[in-house]
Amino acid sequence: MAATNPRPLSPHLTIWRWGPHMLVSILHRVTGAGLSIVGLAMLTWWLTALAGGTDAYTAFTKAASHPVGLIVLIALSWAFFQHLLSGIRHLAMDTGAAFELDTNKRFAILTIVGSVVLTAALWAYILEYRP
Amino acid sequence: MSRGESATPLGRVRGLGSAHEGGEHWLTERVTSIALLLLGTWLVASLLFLPSLDQRTIFEWLRAPSGAVPMALLIVTGFKHALDGMKVIVDDYVHQPGNNFAMNSLLLFLAIGGGALALFALARIALGGGA
Repeated sequence: MAATNPRPLSPHLTIWRWGPHMLVSILHRVTGAGLSIVGLAMLTWWLTALAGGTDAYTAFTKAASHPVGLIVLIALSWAFFQHLLSGIRHLAMDTGAAFELDTNKRFAILTIVGSVVLTAALWAYILEYRP
Repeated sequence: MSRGESATPLGRVRGLGSAHEGGEHWLTERVTSIALLLLGTWLVASLLFLPSLDQRTIFEWLRAPSGAVPMALLIVTGFKHALDGMKVIVDDYVHQPGNNFAMNSLLLFLAIGGGALALFALARIALGGGA
């Protein structure tokens, strides 16, 4: 513990050159925190509004279809896909696989490409076919 | 956990990490992540394939056991996974023991309180009267 024993610590974030694997690693944490706080709050709001009757649900859909609400929902869906794909990558790495530098980097890039493509496809479908 | 009395090298070091525990927490996080892989995909697919996203349709979807049961599992597993993940973040960044205890307690209360609220709303939808 740094407070009681001021031994030298690794200067981790400030010294390394950034790469896709580092980006995906910190994105996993950021998207996880976002889904935990904002995502679960939205899910709970949605369910309580559904249970609360027409007025409560109208207030929810009004907020959700407002530009700010839409941005939050689009960001949450991207966070969901990024955390899901990155989570699958982590489960594979938990078995000891995919630690070779090029493989590791390739799968890191794939999670980013995948989450952006899935988010774009989801919202293209929703905005086109689900008025 | 064995402490010194073990004859094997693994047995002698097991449980001697800085936290002396955490294997179960780590494994639970993985198991809930696999469950959420299924339940999260179910939620997105359901929202995509429902005939409409108006209140009546979503209400009827969650009234049926085929909607209510996966949603209940999603709430419980989602809040548990969020709590486990947020604890990792807190333990990484909040070193002072008192602050660490306070943050982890706050997270626990938020997760159990939020989960209970979401489950209660779902119960009103699934077991209550009309919309």
